[in-house]
Amino acid sequence: MEFAYTRSTGPVVGAFLTGLRDRKVLGAKDSTGRTVVPPPEYDASSAAPIEASTLVEVGQEGTVTSWSWNPVPRLGNPFDVPFAWALVRLDGADTSLLHALDAPRDTITTGMRVKVRWAAETVGFINDIACFEPVAS
Amino acid sequence: MTEPITGIVTPIRLDYRYTPGASTSQFLRSIKEGKLVGRRCPRCSKVYLPPRGGCPMCGVEFAEEVAIKNTGTMVTFAVVNVNFANRAVDLPYVTAEVAFDGTDTTTMVLLKGVAPEEARMGMRVKAHWLPESEWDYSLVNIDYVEPIDEPDADFESFKELL
Ligand SMILES: [Zn+2]
Repeated sequence: MEFAYTRSTGPVVGAFLTGLRDRKVLGAKDSTGRTVVPPPEYDASSAAPIEASTLVEVGQEGTVTSWSWNPVPRLGNPFDVPFAWALVRLDGADTSLLHALDAPRDTITTGMRVKVRWAAETVGFINDIACFEPVAS
Repeated sequence: MTEPITGIVTPIRLDYRYTPGASTSQFLRSIKEGKLVGRRCPRCSKVYLPPRGGCPMCGVEFAEEVAIKNTGTMVTFAVVNVNFANRAVDLPYVTAEVAFDGTDTTTMVLLKGVAPEEARMGMRVKAHWLPESEWDYSLVNIDYVEPIDEPDADFESFKELL
């Protein structure tokens, strides 16, 4: 059974996805001074709406803060062979973004440096980030 | 493309692994060979297609297998005019509830061969099967039903099925 959910993104998520289409990762400055990636629609501390116009670009390299090996990929996963899900704190961000990491299992460590691998064609979707990959050291 | 993103489509998919019981298993193996097989309730004598394990009205196990004909009566129908995702047939089309001859239940199937405005309750129809090479363990083997040259069934004869 398959069903396509059509979702309106709202201004903030829409701006984030538009940024991905332009091969940029955007985050929100919240009232405590943290940069949150992906940007939320409301400030978690003050509950004030986040204005899409205030989003800032963050780096495309970052640090793995946690990861988990997915031994049995499911339909729709970024890879059809076993791979890692990783939380990546991009440079300039104070929170972590969840995405796939393309690296052999025995090379993955918390703290390793990774960077965005963009999809060949970007359309304004989270999969515009194909995955993260290790930064060559 | 420079317009800002305002919407996304996220497909959700589930693959079901279905284990049929003995009765449905027999039905599926028969339909793979191009035959419709129902089962009769030993108490109320009603014939169910597809058959289940037992009669939902009497609570007793079905026993006797009953061969079902390819002809039947369209007891009711709906004309589909509204578009939807993954639609396979051109609009407008008619979805029919057909009581195949020998059954006391109806089966939903596509009606072809008649304009939607000419579809009638009681219309006599015949199953049109897919080519034999495409037969699977599925009711989809019946591609559609089409009208046959017989007088409409009397409303009294099928009103209980509505
Ligand atoms: Zn019964």
